[in-house]
Amino acid sequence: MKKFNKIFTIIVFVFLYAPIVLLIIASFSGGRGLNDLRDFSFHQYRELFRDRGLMQSMLNSLLIAVLSSLIATVLGTMAAVGIHSMGKKMRSVVMSVTNIPMINPDIVTGISLALLFVFFGRMFRINNIMGVFTILIAHITFNLPYVILSVMPKLRQLNKHLTEAALDLGCPPAKAFFKVVLPEIMPSIISGGLMAFTMSLDDFVISYFVSGATFETLPVQIYTYTKKPLPGRIYALFAVLFTLILLVMLLMNLLQLRETQRRNRKLVMPTNDL
Amino acid sequence: MKKLGCLLVLLLMLGLVTPLSATADDTVAVPLTGEYINVYNWGQYIADGSDGSIDLNAEFTRRTGIKVNYSTYESNEAMYTRLKNGGSSYDVIIPSDYMIGRLIAEDMLLPLDFNNIPNYQYVDEEFKNRSYDPENRYSVPYTWGTVGIIYNTKYVTKPVDSWSILWDQDYAGKILMFGNPRDAFGIAQLLLGIDVNTADKDQLQQAAEKLKEQRSVVQQYVMDQSFSQMEQEESWIVPYYAGDFLTMQANNDNLAFAFPKEGFNLFIDAMCIPASAQNKKAAEMYINFMCDPETSAMNMEFLGYSTPLSEAKQYMSAELVESEIAYPSAEILARGRTFETLPDETIRYMDELWSTTVRAGEGVSLVVYVLIAVGIGALAVFLFIRKKKRNNY
Repeated sequence: MKKFNKIFTIIVFVFLYAPIVLLIIASFSGGRGLNDLRDFSFHQYRELFRDRGLMQSMLNSLLIAVLSSLIATVLGTMAAVGIHSMGKKMRSVVMSVTNIPMINPDIVTGISLALLFVFFGRMFRINNIMGVFTILIAHITFNLPYVILSVMPKLRQLNKHLTEAALDLGCPPAKAFFKVVLPEIMPSIISGGLMAFTMSLDDFVISYFVSGATFETLPVQIYTYTKKPLPGRIYALFAVLFTLILLVMLLMNLLQLRETQRRNRKLVMPTNDL
Repeated sequence: MKKLGCLLVLLLMLGLVTPLSATADDTVAVPLTGEYINVYNWGQYIADGSDGSIDLNAEFTRRTGIKVNYSTYESNEAMYTRLKNGGSSYDVIIPSDYMIGRLIAEDMLLPLDFNNIPNYQYVDEEFKNRSYDPENRYSVPYTWGTVGIIYNTKYVTKPVDSWSILWDQDYAGKILMFGNPRDAFGIAQLLLGIDVNTADKDQLQQAAEKLKEQRSVVQQYVMDQSFSQMEQEESWIVPYYAGDFLTMQANNDNLAFAFPKEGFNLFIDAMCIPASAQNKKAAEMYINFMCDPETSAMNMEFLGYSTPLSEAKQYMSAELVESEIAYPSAEILARGRTFETLPDETIRYMDELWSTTVRAGEGVSLVVYVLIAVGIGALAVFLFIRKKKRNNY
């Protein structure tokens, strides 16, 4: 049985990672396509960094990912704190409402947002409303639930007497929040933010509908590559993106590790715990 | 935490700074005027600086000081939807012939001021006043090309001069076919001697029957997968674009191209200015720039499609110019047929025939869905009964 488990795990990992490994190998190949691997070099990477259109949309994607995840993290944390202090009934209602965008199919979110933007464009006579701001707004919208969902459980775990104690000792409410509550929930805020970052970098469907003439994200651009076979530098680009996501994931795990270590230390020193 | 912050700030700065420096390295040039145009083109359909080509958009900015916001679409229909929905305004679009006809009919294009496009004089007469734009008021040709039969001479030994080779039993399982209804119906119609722009339902029905007949020999219905399929010799025959044949042939010497005797599709992609344009003058400058013979030559060397400007040929490699495939003789060209805009109803009817007659029964059949549903139902009932039994104890 144990042996079977081992084999099964290996099979799962092969299925999960073989395509990515193949892609990375292909990104170093000088041949054409995946069935023709030879002349390994960094040629595709040089071509990639020379392709201004691709680099520009990659930077666009990164910019949107960073900005939208930052804004969504701040807004989401604020929302989570607010929702946490609601009554039980109200809280469950609001939580289900915030979860809807996450469960909603992307295509519905995308088209309805596009309709809304066009409607506003017509109302305020903005000819060219689709652009960096519409994409940003759309990304913040679908990022929010992930941040809230990540912060809420941590808030629930939080010892509510901690804040009360701080207030008792004369700390103003705002300061109590920043000094006592925020540091406690920080790890989950960060993991929520990183989650939002990857979701934003990943998104195609919603971006496709809300992008316009002046601003295009990477997945939207690659989707239009139908005139010619996929150039090899795209493989290089995917390899770069994969490495980037991998780094973000590593960072996330590292932070979590540090958090558990800190908590373990706390258990040793009971004076820290109220 | 601090490190993370630094990383984010760094990324942010990278994103903000690079677009500026990207335009700054083209130094000797007209200074930026602050004007910009929004160009909407097919993906990978302009020389963009890769593979040793010139970056034409950057070159336009360098010469005029007008910034180009370049975005791309994957099909005429996607472009049409985007234009129709609104929300973004474009100054230059490059649709194909039949789509131009539709855009004109729906009042979605602006008439061009040809005083601002002096290079229009270089456009060859046979590409002016085509049926999609009879008085040539709205469009200036960008590229043109033909659809013919690409085949592998190693395996296909019969003479290839007719579309009927795509129905040949001897090559069953090695034939690729267009994955979109318009092109596929076009081939069947040419073979049957029917007008490719017919709206007659009986004729469409006939074409659909013909395509249905072909199903048993077709390996796959494809679009751009045909590149790898043909180059790797996994398929032997495919109807495809002449411009793309040149790309394929560079990777496999055994490939050859034939213009069928029944006629073939000749397409023209042309530059237009949509009604939502905000900088028409600059858009016309852009069109004029693309019609410059030297520019067009550099563009076509990259694309592999044919230029509508004979003047451009002197700047291109002799090999490409003399190619009978990229620039067939007038005699062959006379057999070319251009797709025109079909009425909505005909397009719908064609799509319907395509999915119900030609490709019917592909994908998962209803029986499988029913079986899955029954299976899930049975499982649910089983679990429910078991739970109930357990609760009874």
